[in-house]
Amino acid sequence: MAKHFGRGFAAVNYPTGMNLGGDPSQALVHATPTGVFSVVLSSVDLGQGIKTIAAQCAAEVLGLPVENVLVDTADTDTGPHCMGTFASRGTHRVGNAVIMAAREAREVMLEVAAEEMEVDAADLETDGTGFVKLKGSEEKKISIMDVALAAHFKQGRTISGRGMFMKPRNYPDPETGAMDPDSAQSHACTVVDVSVDDETGEVEVLKLQSVYELGRALNPAMVHQQITGGAWMGISHALYETTEPYYPDRSHGPVSFSDYLMPGPSDTPPVTSVVIERPVANGPFGGKGIGEMTANSPIPAIANAIFDACGARVEELPITPERVLRALDAARETAVEA
Amino acid sequence: MDDHIPSETSGETLDRSYFSDENQHDFKVVGQPSPRLDARGHVTGTTRYFEDNHFRGTLHIKVCRSKRHHAKLTRIDPAPAMNVPGVVRVLTAKDVPANWYTVLRLINVGPNDEPVLAEDSVRYLGEPICAVVAESEAAAIEGASRVQVDYEDLPVVLDVEEALKPDAQIVNPVHGKNYFEYEGHPFRRIRFGDVEKGFAEADHIFEHRYQSRPIEQAPVETTGCIVKPEGDGRLTIYSDTQACFFTLDNTALILDVPTAKLRVVGGTVGGGFGGKVDVMVEPLACIAAMLTNRPVKFVYDRAEEMQVSSPRAAERIYIKDGVMKDGRIVARKMTFYIDSGAYSRHTPYGVTKASAHVPGPYSIPNVWADCHCVYTNRTPSSAMRGFGVTIGDFALESQMDRIAKTLGLDPLIFRLKNAYRDGDTKAHRKKVEGAALIEVIQRAAELVGHDLPEEYRKMSSVKREAK
Amino acid sequence: MASRIVTLLVNGTPQEVIVRPGTTLVSVLRDQLELTGTKRGCADGSCGACSVVVDGKAVRSCLIPAETVDEAEVTTVEGITPVGGLGPLQEALVEGFATQCGFCNSGMLMVATALIAENPDPSDADIMRAISGNVCRCTGYHPIIRAIRDAAAKMRGAQQIAAE
Repeated sequence: MAKHFGRGFAAVNYPTGMNLGGDPSQALVHATPTGVFSVVLSSVDLGQGIKTIAAQCAAEVLGLPVENVLVDTADTDTGPHCMGTFASRGTHRVGNAVIMAAREAREVMLEVAAEEMEVDAADLETDGTGFVKLKGSEEKKISIMDVALAAHFKQGRTISGRGMFMKPRNYPDPETGAMDPDSAQSHACTVVDVSVDDETGEVEVLKLQSVYELGRALNPAMVHQQITGGAWMGISHALYETTEPYYPDRSHGPVSFSDYLMPGPSDTPPVTSVVIERPVANGPFGGKGIGEMTANSPIPAIANAIFDACGARVEELPITPERVLRALDAARETAVEA
Repeated sequence: MDDHIPSETSGETLDRSYFSDENQHDFKVVGQPSPRLDARGHVTGTTRYFEDNHFRGTLHIKVCRSKRHHAKLTRIDPAPAMNVPGVVRVLTAKDVPANWYTVLRLINVGPNDEPVLAEDSVRYLGEPICAVVAESEAAAIEGASRVQVDYEDLPVVLDVEEALKPDAQIVNPVHGKNYFEYEGHPFRRIRFGDVEKGFAEADHIFEHRYQSRPIEQAPVETTGCIVKPEGDGRLTIYSDTQACFFTLDNTALILDVPTAKLRVVGGTVGGGFGGKVDVMVEPLACIAAMLTNRPVKFVYDRAEEMQVSSPRAAERIYIKDGVMKDGRIVARKMTFYIDSGAYSRHTPYGVTKASAHVPGPYSIPNVWADCHCVYTNRTPSSAMRGFGVTIGDFALESQMDRIAKTLGLDPLIFRLKNAYRDGDTKAHRKKVEGAALIEVIQRAAELVGHDLPEEYRKMSSVKREAK
Repeated sequence: MASRIVTLLVNGTPQEVIVRPGTTLVSVLRDQLELTGTKRGCADGSCGACSVVVDGKAVRSCLIPAETVDEAEVTTVEGITPVGGLGPLQEALVEGFATQCGFCNSGMLMVATALIAENPDPSDADIMRAISGNVCRCTGYHPIIRAIRDAAAKMRGAQQIAAE
């Protein structure tokens, strides 16, 4: 018996959005009397972080610290329509809708400020800390709280905005499959190191390293969350998971986490991630989606590392110890025949 | 175990040196690692998930499910369930106003091919037959186990290629054949260039088969909802759906009520991964709430989540590649058999997404794909993280590795030779923009100390080097 | 069998609840005391989301019939949250971006609370062993392991300062 060590590579792309039904999302933004901004959505946060991304996009446009933005989601009585959380669409669609809504609100905010300051709105800018100021001047400024108070109680204006992103529906050509389903493509390359025990068929993932390109990382810490979590799920898919272990036979399906296998904390290798940025013109500040794809490249990279380690080519998922041993036998037979 | 010490060896880097002429910015908030807005609520246990809403007098639903893969129902007798103390009502197909549905009808993908509750047949193990509504979860479970169902077994189809044979037993009578029809074709097609010509020209042919099995999304919070009848006659649906309006509109269609009667409250969900985009619990909970005028809770238990909620589809993928001696791929033909289970749910859409992903991030002049959405007698599959792409990537990138190993090519150089670039045309005839495959490969090579010759280090997605 | 009264000290507050035989501790906490920070993910002890600390030990509250822990001291996530702030473990999860969907967090926190109470200087292996029965589908575990380690270090530091 021996342990064999190997390295595998995989490179992938992944679409942002899937618009074969038309793919809209909307956002509403309004100021409270004291200059806090509320972003109202019906989008769903499953843990991927759309609430935080929506707040960052609104804060960036409005020139506010992110703490001054509230995100209200999701209640279908009050939140405008969102198609939902799937297809790596949230950051792209909802981010764009929030930016559009915040820009409309910002325009009103600057008009109100201009009237208060008796200057032209075109000469005003925000400083990112909660003030509207005259371009080129450090003294001539007004707090966004005072702007909101003036709008509400003096000028009688609502500082609000409406935003929408929609990619119109596209129909694939039935003959050729010509279509325009996505808004952008993200990219990844994953390198995995494994050991394979040729007696037990056990595979251990020793190290997983990836490089991702996803347009702009709107929140780099949350991007790395997706990469680390997705790498774990990729390992899990590659080596452990299925609801039908004897597929296509339906027997022995797991019904609990005790028999549905997934790697535990000590089965998870160190994950290294590097993110590079190529902003996309149609994305919110250049951002594309990353939520789904992070589980994809680890799977073939592991399969390829196993081959590199011991010459076993496993063509089926999950790559169980039994399948590794059978593939090793097949590789030996081929070698003997040759 | 001890040598896996995460923080010493793991690293997270943002590297702006690639595409540096495109990615400079002076944003103040964007690009910053802003703390998550929801983190504090999560770690204090105060984040409100749907099941954290408590209403006095809430009733519970448990479903009596098929014990057969495929059978005629000769008798459904709910009476024994009604004898269980605490059981209030048993819902059957007759209680569902518009029992046949399909979720994608909202984007005009039909036909309605699935009943909310089974009528005269069941087509997969675990298919809902009736729903027991009771004062407690325990009574609902007991009631569901007491419903008397008599079955007359029918032939079972479980293999995707068997299902497509001419004499195969029909799984779903609405389709009348064991595949979803794409505008007159038995599969979604991609036709680009001339693959047969490409194979004829190629120095090497590689043909392999790949197979996956169904995978569960496995969010820690299971699928569920609580429906509360309001004084104004409306229903508030507290749900962990991934798509609030999608759930609302589909539920209204099944209930045959105006959409104004429903309100969905959600938006904060304990993991989804695609497992919560079907509309599985809300319609029955609404019907029970309307019939009893009481709050009703319907939450999948873990076993239902594992075996009855839609998994990631099993896929069988054949790839045939024609490759030149120097490593250029000149033709790629892919055949997908994607196992939809007994009903469509989102799988016809996922199959189209799979077809648009062919042939991976590579520029290949001749591409052909036949992507079959196949009906079998198993739990319907639906969306999961990487829908339509994850398993395709396993097949594609395994195939790329086999070719590289067989031809003795460096695996990264082989990919770089074939990588798509800005201005190329993909197999589905969309022009490539914003490509970055080359750069992620180059950066990965650098990251792991994999030497690339200079010509490959100098390659760019933005433009092809002059020949 | 008749219902009975069970007395618990929950997060320092005495509570009396009437339970039917077999009523689980998670049900008492969530449904009767409305302490919904404790989550329910499986009802068979395999996900760990319902972990709470009972008399100093982390347990799966979905597996504990309430009548078997009469007069026990129970701590839930609500009980480790200081007024107006966060405890060191909570702070470490937030700062370390160790939370995504949040559903496993309460259980992880309670297991970690019991671990650090017993072993203030846990190794990574100790931490992994402690949380090995808690499923997280989002994070890949490493951020959680790091956060627990960071919090333990901070708590040791604070104790040292207090001792001096």
